[in-house]
Amino acid sequence: MTRDTDAAPTATPSTTAPAQTMTPSSASAAPGAPAPQPSLLRPPQISWRWWPVFRRNLLVWRKLAVPSLVGNIAEPLITLVAFGYGIGALIGQVQLNGSAVPYILFLASGSICMSAMNAASFEALYSAFSRMNVQRTWDGIMNAPVRLDDVVFAEMLWAAYKSLFTSAVILGVMLALGISHSPMLILALPLLGLVGIVFASIALIFNALAKGYDFFTYYFSLFLTPTMFLSGVFFPRDQLPGVMRVISDWLPLTAAVELIRPLFLDQWPAHGLRHLAVLAAYGVAAFWVALALTRRRFRN
Amino acid sequence: MIQPLFEVVDLTKRYGGNTVVSQLSFSIAPGECLGVIGPNGAGKTTTIRMCLGLTSPDSGRIRYFANGAATQNSASLSMPQDALAIKARLGIVSQFDSLDPDFSCAENLLVFGRYFGLKDAVIKERIPKLLEFAALTHKADAKLGELSGGMKRRLSLARALVNDPQLLLLDEPTTGLDPQARHLMWERLQRLVQQGKSILLTTHFMDEAERLCNRLLVLDHGKKMTEGTPRELIAQNLEPDVVEVYGAGALALVDSPLKALAARTEVSGETVFFYTADAKALLAALSEHPELRTLHRPANLEDLFLKLTGRQIREAA
Repeated sequence: MTRDTDAAPTATPSTTAPAQTMTPSSASAAPGAPAPQPSLLRPPQISWRWWPVFRRNLLVWRKLAVPSLVGNIAEPLITLVAFGYGIGALIGQVQLNGSAVPYILFLASGSICMSAMNAASFEALYSAFSRMNVQRTWDGIMNAPVRLDDVVFAEMLWAAYKSLFTSAVILGVMLALGISHSPMLILALPLLGLVGIVFASIALIFNALAKGYDFFTYYFSLFLTPTMFLSGVFFPRDQLPGVMRVISDWLPLTAAVELIRPLFLDQWPAHGLRHLAVLAAYGVAAFWVALALTRRRFRN
Repeated sequence: MIQPLFEVVDLTKRYGGNTVVSQLSFSIAPGECLGVIGPNGAGKTTTIRMCLGLTSPDSGRIRYFANGAATQNSASLSMPQDALAIKARLGIVSQFDSLDPDFSCAENLLVFGRYFGLKDAVIKERIPKLLEFAALTHKADAKLGELSGGMKRRLSLARALVNDPQLLLLDEPTTGLDPQARHLMWERLQRLVQQGKSILLTTHFMDEAERLCNRLLVLDHGKKMTEGTPRELIAQNLEPDVVEVYGAGALALVDSPLKALAARTEVSGETVFFYTADAKALLAALSEHPELRTLHRPANLEDLFLKLTGRQIREAA
């Protein structure tokens, strides 16, 4: 058998990899001592290694972008057109903070928040679970010098990015349909990105707990569907009975709708800081819990 | 002794009351291939997971000595504190493929190289060599679904080499492959050892262990049973010749005078195994039983494995 022996990779170690620099271990670790289990709730340890993980998802998506985009925006737009022009013709106008607003405008401003929520949730549940559990993509990544924290962070940002992309396209269609021409809509984009981050983080909690895809049905029907009806997407929240109204006040989708709807009307949101704080609190708390639960899942 | 590249000392792991790895110590020298063999559930995969920092041991120490480092302990990297620095220097092929089904072979290598912080230009320069090494040059742009099992395992091996590691950890790299694919994998692994890479290999195939490994470690119930070169282990633990006898009435031989002609006998199913230093007398006696079928062969690693770990099936893996 004659094989050329120089065919094997003989690349020299790269000087471009900072992680390859020698970092001697601290002398404090006593030899042979049992390593204390680090707390699951320790703060997230995020490094720039989340970026290649995000980039991996981006590369997959670029190949499938057109069919996935059609699927992502068709349903919300059909809902908008059917409800907006159908029910809208029956309702006409909705009273909002003392002024009358066309129903299609009311619905469009709410449903774009709902679309952001749904897109982020789908990605951080079904797609992330496939990568984590079915394809073992995460296992492969963690054979390289990448922490679980970076993987979870990348998945969260990825779901948020995909959600923002979907929202942006839907917003573009709404502008084309002439539903609103408010210049303040430019502010809606970063807010929709934040909505994606919040719902991606919440979804990752359920991803960490899931044994299979069936589990996600509960999340959608028991959490996301009620959220949708309690957050003023389809009808004004002041119609809600007392307890429902209180719950509604503190839902993340409510905060999103309260922030984004006025932008469609070319107005500043009332209590904007409070709603931003609610979203930020949900985002930080949910990501932290999701990370702790994912660490627990991967501990053994 | 030469300064090892990788060292595990007194490693213990318990799950609940069940000790899966117990006081395990071993080391790997530069350019050495160490084989870990043991039945299902012996603790092989748990040991590898601890070496990667994916599972934390209850006690013990795992250290990596960077190439060219002095013999000072301070120059070593330890799990789990230095997990990322150690993993930057390792190549891993796990028991189950974790290749990306959405990517071509070349893209799998590119994306994986990025996890090490390598620049695209560096990775792209390495990809043709890696594909050639894996005998996958003609499949560079093929999707994963178009690859055979052997091709996927070779791509996993090529992927593990993308960071040019000093030490490879291979968990059953040839399980499920046909003989052709297995031989090609062996040839590639031998080539890596010749280049000076160190390999830690777990396997269920004794011919693979004998062919590839400089040194073997037999693991059972999480404990090290023995350690040494394949030839040494056989010489130390077994008589050099084995005569297998099977056919109608073979089992009756165990209680016959023939038993005295062998140093040791064993029964498995319908077959009697005679272990002996000199098979001549035994074979002569057996020739008077033409109804029995006999097989005379030198003792091998499989005999050693079965002697040390028993013949009963380990169902609970």
